[in-house]
This record gives sequence, C-alpha cells and structure tokens, in this order.
Amino acid sequence: MAIITVKDITMIFGGLAALTSVDFSLDRGELVGLIGPNGAGKTTIFNVLTGVYMPTSGTIEYQPNEDSPPRNIIGLKPHAISKIGIARTFQNIRLFKNLTVLDNIRIAIHQNVNYGIPSAFFRLPSFYKEEEEILKKTKEILEIFGLDMKKDELARNLPYGEQRKLEIARALATNPKLLLLDEPAAGMNPHETAALTELINWIWKEFDLSILLIEHDMSLVMKICQRIIVLNYGMVIAEGTPEEIRNDPKVIEAYLGGDTLHA
Amino acid sequence: MKLSKNALISTKSNKKLINFLVIIAVYGIVQLLIFLGILGDYYQVTLAMICINIILAVSLNLVTGFTGQFSLGHAGFMAIGAYTCAIITKRYDSPLAFIIGIFAAAILAAIVGVLVGIPTLRLKGDYLAIATLGLAEIIRILILNFDSFTGGARGLGSIPQYTNWTWLYIFTISTIIVIKNFINSSHGRACISIREDEIASESVGINLTRYKVLAFVIGAFFAGIAGALYSSYFYYIKPGLFDFMKSIDILVIVVLGGMGSLTGSILASILLAIISTYLQSFAELRMIIYAILLLLIMIFRPQGLMGTKEFSLSKIFNKKQAPHENSAS
Repeated sequence: MAIITVKDITMIFGGLAALTSVDFSLDRGELVGLIGPNGAGKTTIFNVLTGVYMPTSGTIEYQPNEDSPPRNIIGLKPHAISKIGIARTFQNIRLFKNLTVLDNIRIAIHQNVNYGIPSAFFRLPSFYKEEEEILKKTKEILEIFGLDMKKDELARNLPYGEQRKLEIARALATNPKLLLLDEPAAGMNPHETAALTELINWIWKEFDLSILLIEHDMSLVMKICQRIIVLNYGMVIAEGTPEEIRNDPKVIEAYLGGDTLHA
Repeated sequence: MKLSKNALISTKSNKKLINFLVIIAVYGIVQLLIFLGILGDYYQVTLAMICINIILAVSLNLVTGFTGQFSLGHAGFMAIGAYTCAIITKRYDSPLAFIIGIFAAAILAAIVGVLVGIPTLRLKGDYLAIATLGLAEIIRILILNFDSFTGGARGLGSIPQYTNWTWLYIFTISTIIVIKNFINSSHGRACISIREDEIASESVGINLTRYKVLAFVIGAFFAGIAGALYSSYFYYIKPGLFDFMKSIDILVIVVLGGMGSLTGSILASILLAIISTYLQSFAELRMIIYAILLLLIMIFRPQGLMGTKEFSLSKIFNKKQAPHENSAS
C-alpha cells in the first residue's frame, strides 16, 4: 500500500540533529500535509527524500506500484531519484529563469528522451520525431496549467503565482508517482491560494499521484490534505486527519503556540 | 528544429536554403579572391586564424557559455591536437594521413577530456578554472619534456602543409553546425539547464556529471581539430604557443562575443582579427589600444556583443518568424 516508508531517519549536521528518528509513510494515492514551525526540519525531509542530503541513519523504502519490490532509495543521487518517479518543487522557486516557459518544461521531459547524442549532432530522423513528441507533451502540460499563451516568455518575467505554477508543471513533466511540494502557496494572496488549492486537488485526482505537501497556509492544508504529519524540532509529534490535528493539544502548544487556530 | 505542426514547411526549407546559399557564397567569393591574388598572403593568414579561432571559441562557448563550466584549459586540448596531427603527417606525408591526423587529434583530445573531466568537473567556479588551468600546463610541460616525440622546447618544424582555405572552411562550418544542432537538442538543453540552476536541473533528472563531462569532451574534440588545422597551416609548432595566454585569448573571444551565443563567438573572432590587423601599423601602441578596446566593450556591453542572443540570416529575410531557436540558447 505504501508508496514511501520513511523508517527511523536521523539527520545530523555537525552537532545539530535536524531530524531525529523520523518515521512516517505515505499510501499510494494519498495527499498528506507536512506542517511544523520554521526550522522544524520539513525541508530537510524533502532533501533527504530527493537525495540532496544523505541521512546519518535510517532507511527510506519506495514502492511505486504493487508489482515492484520495495527499494531502499538512500544513497541514490537526485537525478536517479527523479527517474524513479519522485519529483519536487522548491521553497524558494528554482526555475531556469533565463529560459523560456517552454524550455523549462522541455528540460524536465529530457529524462524520457531516447535519441542519442549522434542523432542530436547530425539531426537524424529520430531527432525530429522525438523533438516533435517532446513539444507535443510540453504543450499539453502548459495547457493544463494555462501557461500555453506564455510559452515563449522567459520564466523570470512571469508573475510570481505563475512561476509557482510553472515549477509544479515542471515537476509533473518528469512523470512522477510521488510529488513533493515545498510551500507552494508561499507569497500568494488568498485569491491565488484558493486557485492553487483547486489546482493541487485537480492534479492529485487527474494524475493518479501521491502528494506530500509542506505548507504554512492552514486554509490550504486543512482543506485538501487527507492526513497531516506535524514536525517539531526534527521529531514527528502528531499525525492524523485535519480534524484530529486541529484539536491535538500537543500541536496547539508546539506549533500554534496557543489555543487559537486559523482554519 | 521543428517548430510545430503549423510551422510552415516552406519557411523551414527556405531558412535552410538561405543558410546553405550564404555558406557556399562565402566560400566561393573567398576562394575566388585567393585565386585572383587579391587576397594576399598576409590576409590569408589572418583568415586562417579567424577560422581556427572560431572553432576554438565556439567549442569553448559550449563548455563555458552554455554549460556554465569555467574552463581555462582549452589551449591544452588544442596542443594535443596540434602535436598529434603534426607527428602523424610528418611520419606519413599524404593527404589521407592529414585527414586521419585531424580525427586522431580530435579523438585523442576528447579522450584526455574524459579522463580529466570526470574528476575535475566535480569542482565549481574558480576551483574548476584553476584545475583546468593546471591541466593545460601539465599537457604543455609533458610536450616540453617528451622531446624525442615532440621536439621539446625547440618545437616541431617542417610539418607538411595541408591545411588550406577549403579545409579550414569545411571544418569551421561543420563545427558550428554540429554544436548548434547539439545546443538545440534535448541533450543541449540539459547542458544549458546546468548553467541555469544545478540543483533544479538535477531535480528534474539531469545527470550533472554526465552532461558536464559530455560538454567538456565535445569542447576538447573540436579544440583538437583546431590544433590539428593550426599545426598543418603554420608548419611549425612549439609548446609556448599553447600556454596559459592562449587559453585566455580564446576565453576573451567567448566573453566578448557573449557567453551562450555561437554567432557572438563567430563575430568576436572576426572582429578581434580585424582590430589586430588594423592595429599592426601602430607597433608598440598596438597591445595598449587592443586592451582599451576590450575594456570599452566590456564596460558598455558587459554581456558581450551578442549576450545570449543569436544572429540569424533567415530572420533578416523573414522577420515574422518567432525566434524559437534563440530561446534555447
């Protein structure tokens, strides 16, 4: 059932334990929120999951479908992790800023390209055939995100909300089974956040994905997440449905710092 | 590149036709000028240097401008190419040996590129620059010391002269076309994405080491060709020609033309050759004026002459076409 099982992950930087025996798992097709105060270790979990950091100890088992045996993905490089179907976005948008919207997506499709380097050098028939396919797929993705009119614009010239969108689109272009979204609504106004909530919900249903989402905006988290994991000081302090989390005294104390909750 | 289904086939083939005609016309005109004796020896040498510099600059641009890996070792690969081709043609003096020599030069340079690229391309920025600089120096010192093969500091003389305008032109055009095709392919875009953001590029599945080494090796391959053409044109080479300053000269062309613009590199190669030709009459002031010109260009055009834009002939004829190819570079 579980697409990813994180077992006893500890990540120590020098003398600081950023994560201490973190355990959690995500079922196939689940949409889970990962919340916690600043510095709780949320992004560190993403970095461990995507191979950017090598955890001090622990295992992560990944099983994209029933038929394949679970596989420990620790030690895989980020590009290899992307190839097995885990895609991510970044907290501080990391687009290819000086490239066009079109190229941002086309680059993400690269891992599925089969034509070789000689074919690129000499423009053999396989080059034209696959480039056309890439372009077709790119346009499909851009249409889904409503960015097709802006395909020739440089990514850096897009408004902030659309840059966020483009980053999600780019992650989806890699054909992921598990999508990690790092604060997708950061810096968005309530109107944009509402639209983004819709979009994430739609992507989740349409693409048959599991999504793990870091977010500070509680309206978004409470609305779309099936389950929420709460992290504080590198430890999982609570886990449950939005309703359970909302009423969990530990969460209220550690994360919300009082008895009020903006939902 | 195929733009889309609705991109008119006629525009695409028109574009190819225009480029093809211009390429042939330039060759024909220069060949005629040489034949009629209008283009004297001095200008022919300048022309050869322009072609060789274009090959060097375009190939270094792939590494530094497009993939974003700052290399100061290009002269080292050029040296490998120059000596390989020279040694082969000195032993077997025939046009066939010259062709074999050129490809042997390119392949040997590429092999050294792989061997050196895999460990050094883990480094970034200044560190990579220093490592590649060290590489070029090691190659030079090795050539200097293997004097039974290479003639050591005396250099290698009376190399059979096979390089002529036709060969120079064929290899220059081929280099430009192959590298342009590469950049506008999925593999080329992978390289460009590394320059833009390594972390993001890795996160979408680009194998950083593979593409950095690939760009480096392609660069080395063409630098090897440039070296081979050089040795066979000037029939005398010595290690001092391929020192640190040569790498800098190539880098100057790339930066001046625009990092990430092939046509920029071509333009800068031609422009610098013209400037230094005109400055011949100023004797001792020559290098000073040259330096001032470079400074002025860098102050007023810090992104280089072309930035990351490309100049295209067909665009002049057909302004309506969307600039797709540029966007990738």
